[in-house]
Amino acid sequence: MLMKPPPPLLLVLTIFTLLLTSCGSSSSNQTGTGSPSAYIENKGSDTIVNLALAWAERYQQEYPDVRISVTGGGSGTGIAALINGTVDIANASRQIKSEEVKLAEDNGIMPVEHVIARDAIAVIVNPENPVSALTLEQISDIYSGKFSNWNEVGGEDRPIVRLSRETNSGTHVYFLETVLRLGEKDNQTLFSMDTLLLPSSEGIIAEVRQNPNAIGYDGLGYVPKDLKMIAIAKQAGGEYILPSIETVNNNTYPIARDLYMYTAGEPTGIVKTYLEWILSAEAQQIVKELGFVPIK
Amino acid sequence: MQKTLNWREYIITRAVKVSGYSSIVFVALIFFFLLREGLPTLAEVKLANLFSIRWYPIENYFGILPLITGSLIVTVGAALIAIPFGIGTAVYIAEIAPRWMREILKPLVELLGGLPSVVLGFLGILVAAPYLRTLLNLPTGLTALTGSLLLGGISIPTIVSIAEDALDAVPRSYREGAWALGATKWQTIWRVTLPAARSGVLTAVMLGIGRAVGETMTVMMVTGNAPVLAIYPSSLFSPVRTMTATIAAEMGEVANGSVHYHTLFFIGMVLFLISLAVNVAAASVVFRTKKRAERILS
Repeated sequence: MLMKPPPPLLLVLTIFTLLLTSCGSSSSNQTGTGSPSAYIENKGSDTIVNLALAWAERYQQEYPDVRISVTGGGSGTGIAALINGTVDIANASRQIKSEEVKLAEDNGIMPVEHVIARDAIAVIVNPENPVSALTLEQISDIYSGKFSNWNEVGGEDRPIVRLSRETNSGTHVYFLETVLRLGEKDNQTLFSMDTLLLPSSEGIIAEVRQNPNAIGYDGLGYVPKDLKMIAIAKQAGGEYILPSIETVNNNTYPIARDLYMYTAGEPTGIVKTYLEWILSAEAQQIVKELGFVPIK
Repeated sequence: MQKTLNWREYIITRAVKVSGYSSIVFVALIFFFLLREGLPTLAEVKLANLFSIRWYPIENYFGILPLITGSLIVTVGAALIAIPFGIGTAVYIAEIAPRWMREILKPLVELLGGLPSVVLGFLGILVAAPYLRTLLNLPTGLTALTGSLLLGGISIPTIVSIAEDALDAVPRSYREGAWALGATKWQTIWRVTLPAARSGVLTAVMLGIGRAVGETMTVMMVTGNAPVLAIYPSSLFSPVRTMTATIAAEMGEVANGSVHYHTLFFIGMVLFLISLAVNVAAASVVFRTKKRAERILS
């Protein structure tokens, strides 16, 4: 019987400490600029997700009363979330489609476009592959299935394994329109049926890294140093250009695009301040650090 | 006192009854939901398109045949690997292994069953796929075979665990009877113990296959997801796209109520019907063998 008292005492102490700590944290919150009540939900393109995260981190350091949650999932996912009204900002590596605008308007939402950075798509192969330069048309023929062996484009006698992102990726749609269809509106070329559709950039990079037969594409900011980027010419006989910040900004590299953020209606309040900050020199410096191309 | 007991009894029986019926209700609700979201496809997509061999939904190609064959070939491959290994392991653990070995093996196998599938998928991408590519000299290691191997690995623990329980439940007198008649250990296992545990072993196999059909993450990571019609034996060595991977990869993107959305639910319906067919087939096999056994005994 005499042994019993200690546990309740411990319990009381624990509860007391818990109460103290919880009081401490809540009071420290209140000493801030009122409340951390400003939340921004930011979702969409996997191409932009690292950039958006870096921006969000820096912004939250400077403005601790703002919380920004960033998730990926693909451009279509982000725009669908904007249409359903579950996010404040949708990231997209392609422009919004007319059907999506219509769906949004049916929901009473008017999507507004903001160009936030530029990106180049690099075509990548295994470093063992001797091919280092291709024309846009050759890449199109590779992906449409016309070429199935690397020796048809001046390489070794190896089968070509085509890698692509899934169809919900903005990069996929952009690559289809700009490379496979060479930017021609009435061109109906499709990816060859045996194109591997991988769910992530990491999947493509892992496969290209270990497979000398593979060809893939990915955002310039995501290509690791140990993979080989292909120099691309717009037409046969044209100059072969490697992707870089310079070649994207002087418009000589043929597969480059704008990156977007979409808001529901003209942004107001905290979202507006955030988007203005994104266009500042400081935020655009982060764009450069991550391997994308700043817009100014 | 008596009254409170009755009252308690009443609540408990009701609670048990409700939880019993709830599973039926849930399955019915899920099926109803699938029908409601999936059936509009039949009106929106031409049958010739729906049963064609091209799946490219962003350009309105909705051929689901490559997805069905993809799922089937991966599952059959997984079953061919998992059934012999699973039952073999179960027989070893239940009938042959010494007691100490058994006490190590059973928990280990069950631990394997708890391995998250995304971890297996990661192993598949980094280890199994490159290894298979160089070993078999394939264009790429992301193939149906890689998926089958990993899915087989995922189903084996399920099969071992349940089949071992079934074998363990066979009365010792059966084995003693067989030995007394001069049967060898192998004859006893093959002719007496396994047939006696047949319905439990079959359940194990069905649950194992069910696990393989429904597995998503691993398959999505290692099969390459190319929607190619997989009807030749050589398809085992090329990339395929399964129904589960398609739903998982594309459901996040589609707009609610679009044709693509309905088609994904239609694929879900097909998946549901396939696993229903597997279960009904298994149940009827168990039922038939029971009846025959009763006939022989009577």
